[in-house]
Amino acid sequence: MSTDHHKQSFWTKYVFSTDHKIIGIQYGITSLVWLLFGFALMMVMRYQLAYPESPVPFVGGLLGDGGILPSEMYNSLGAMHGTIMIFLGVVPLAFGAFGNYFVPLQIGAIDMAFPKLNAASYWMYFVGSVIMAVGFFVPGGAANSGWTSYPPLADIATTGQTVWLLGMIMLITSSLLGSINILATVIQLRTEGMTWMKLPIFVWTQFITAFLLLLAFPPLEAAGVLQLMDRLAGTSFFMPSGLVVSGEVLTNAGGGSPLLWQHLFWFLAHPEVYVLILPAFGIVTEIIANNTRKPIQGYKSLVYSMVFLGFMSFIVWAHHMYLTGMGTSIGAFFQTTTMIISIPSVVILTALLLSLWGGSIRFNTPMLFALGFLPMFGIGGLTGLPLGLAAADIHLHDTYYVIGHFHYVVAPGTIFALFAGIYYWFPKMTGKRTNELLGKLHFFFSFIFMNGVFMPMFIQGLAGVSRRLWDGGEYYAHAADVLYLNEVMSMSAWLLGLSQLFFIINMIISLKGEKTGEANPWDATTLDWTDTTSPPLGHGNFETVPSVYRGPYEYSVPSASNDFSPQSEKG
Amino acid sequence: MTPEEVKHHIKTYVLVFVALAFLTVVTVAISFLDLSVGPAVVLALIVASIKGSLVACYFMHLIDEKVTIYWTLLATVAMFLVLMFVPLGTMLNHTQM
Amino acid sequence: MDIPFTVKNRPDTGLYNGKLGVWLFLASEVMLFGGLFSAYVFLRTGVDNWPVGAEILNVPLATLNTMFLITSSVTMVMSWASLKLNDFKKFKLYAGLTLLLACLFLVVKYFEYTAKFDHHLFPSTNNFLGIYFTMTGLHVLHVIGGIIVIFFFWMPGAKMWESDPERFTNRIEIVGLYWHFVDLVWIFLFPVLYLL
Repeated sequence: MSTDHHKQSFWTKYVFSTDHKIIGIQYGITSLVWLLFGFALMMVMRYQLAYPESPVPFVGGLLGDGGILPSEMYNSLGAMHGTIMIFLGVVPLAFGAFGNYFVPLQIGAIDMAFPKLNAASYWMYFVGSVIMAVGFFVPGGAANSGWTSYPPLADIATTGQTVWLLGMIMLITSSLLGSINILATVIQLRTEGMTWMKLPIFVWTQFITAFLLLLAFPPLEAAGVLQLMDRLAGTSFFMPSGLVVSGEVLTNAGGGSPLLWQHLFWFLAHPEVYVLILPAFGIVTEIIANNTRKPIQGYKSLVYSMVFLGFMSFIVWAHHMYLTGMGTSIGAFFQTTTMIISIPSVVILTALLLSLWGGSIRFNTPMLFALGFLPMFGIGGLTGLPLGLAAADIHLHDTYYVIGHFHYVVAPGTIFALFAGIYYWFPKMTGKRTNELLGKLHFFFSFIFMNGVFMPMFIQGLAGVSRRLWDGGEYYAHAADVLYLNEVMSMSAWLLGLSQLFFIINMIISLKGEKTGEANPWDATTLDWTDTTSPPLGHGNFETVPSVYRGPYEYSVPSASNDFSPQSEKG
Repeated sequence: MTPEEVKHHIKTYVLVFVALAFLTVVTVAISFLDLSVGPAVVLALIVASIKGSLVACYFMHLIDEKVTIYWTLLATVAMFLVLMFVPLGTMLNHTQM
Repeated sequence: MDIPFTVKNRPDTGLYNGKLGVWLFLASEVMLFGGLFSAYVFLRTGVDNWPVGAEILNVPLATLNTMFLITSSVTMVMSWASLKLNDFKKFKLYAGLTLLLACLFLVVKYFEYTAKFDHHLFPSTNNFLGIYFTMTGLHVLHVIGGIIVIFFFWMPGAKMWESDPERFTNRIEIVGLYWHFVDLVWIFLFPVLYLL
């Protein structure tokens, strides 16, 4: 396929582009918009939690019933917040945007292995997200059975659930095409000298993530098909016999198993959480190496840990199902694998922390977010341990403790890493610099308010406050002492939202700013920085395709004249 | 591949086809043996696996491929088996409803 | 600058990009049908009574269908071998036969399904029929997808043989891999649903 200069219309150059950099930006902008929207949904929910049954400001007009959030709509907001943040926000940004833009650059490739497939995967994501949005407008509103869509409830829920299933099928297909592309690209298109153990950790994380998505998503697609059959064709795959709904016995054939859905769902959804964290590990590693001016401690340990983590992630899923009445043998099996999987995570976090030791640390905005990631991920990971132990989970399952745990890993965890990546790679993508003051303000306020939102959740969870309660626990005596925290968390959430203005304004003024045209302002070692212009050439990325002679993090090599030695520089 | 190698492959394809046709007859014949569920399942899966392997190795040229594909398939088969059998484990010493 | 290894094999992996891509796709398909097989296993082991497939479904017709698919796999790989031997006419013949056999498969399935509906046997009737229709239905969709792609390369897409024969041959190889997989799924579906 020749990529010589042919006339391109606006549509082929920017809209239906097959260039991985444009597609990466398309994924990036779309996913950031969805992240904002998903955040907005949560801000409405938090108003109800802080001030139950009082009219919601600004959006009250949309809600009917005097501007108060109805309970079914609360459930829709909850289910869609989860779905949007995970499938329309974080994964497309971490994998679709960063992966597409930087994997080819870091391995010395002129594009992804299958550029047209790449464009197709973006547009399928876009269409899938539109379908999800449509759910809000159908009778009964958007899906409201949790992002986990458990039957029997999801089987008999309103039309929005069918829309959710159709949207998921589109999104899963998009994801599969993307995974195939990343895997084939990394395996086949590494430039000369780029051996597996010279790959930047960022590429390793994208590669492993792609494998997880490839093998784990299809069973959920199968389950989605089965749930669609239950809802549209009257089958009973997930419907047990003799179900009574609103006083009436259902007439379907029965004999189905709600547990079957849970197995198929969590078979994906557990590897999915590693999909959420692995790209973050990759981005943070790049930034820490660059801003300590020394090699990463334990490159091999990182690689082996991540590969092991990837494999283990497939055999821990039923720790989400400890309370389903499954037998003690299988519970013990999953508890064991779950405990084992915490080990590679600790190795990874330790390697990153040790990498700071003796470093010449530069506290720029990307580095602040990367450093902030470390303890936040630590808290998220540690709070996972009592959940992974079946006995403790009896008390904590389906409480706010769980919500606190997973938000710590994804929100001040992954999302901080993604912000770090945006600030780090902004100069490469645009040739311009971001404003450091605004970046630092964004970081400090986000850090404070993230903890303000999520730390109290552990307290509420330990007190026994259940998740997915429209009234935030108001009607339960055991919640009385910790109810005041709802207002604290909601205030923090709204202030966290306001803090994002620093980021939005920074992006706008920086994009309008002067082009410095610096190719490598961070003095980095990897091919994306050392062998491309800022931004990289439209066709083919490199003036000359580089060969690789060194590892990815050769900073402060004793004999070198600079404190960094590019991968493409001969030894 | 040289034309001679291709012609040799073609001979293999014909042999595999005959084997597959024969094994299809075997598959149906086994079902008339009136075995109990356990042995019936095992036998049917063994025959199906042999047929599948023939298709994979010779029609899909898996036998000529290098490691990359093998690693991919190994990981896939492992995950397939996990998906097949582990959920059943949840029924072992199940608490009665 | 062109993307490397689109036609020639990369030395260390022995693959061209498209072949790796389709194998990765097939890996995901194994997990997709695997999800459904897992559902079948889970549902069947969860109940005491499970219908006898041979009493409800038509075994002779399905055996015939199995032969159609197996033969179509042979004709598919022969169409690729013909291109390797530079015989475009033979390619057209074998690809055409593949399409014919695939369509015959669909015809048989049409008769099977309509016969069920005439006897008031629907997916909603019980879980055995539910999983039967779902699994064979998804398989049928894959057969249709295969027919569309093979037809494309048989007719309009065959132009590429003139401009880039090696790349065209590779594309037929890739399509063949997908088609063999469709056959492979049926090789397992047939005994599981009809004979066990």
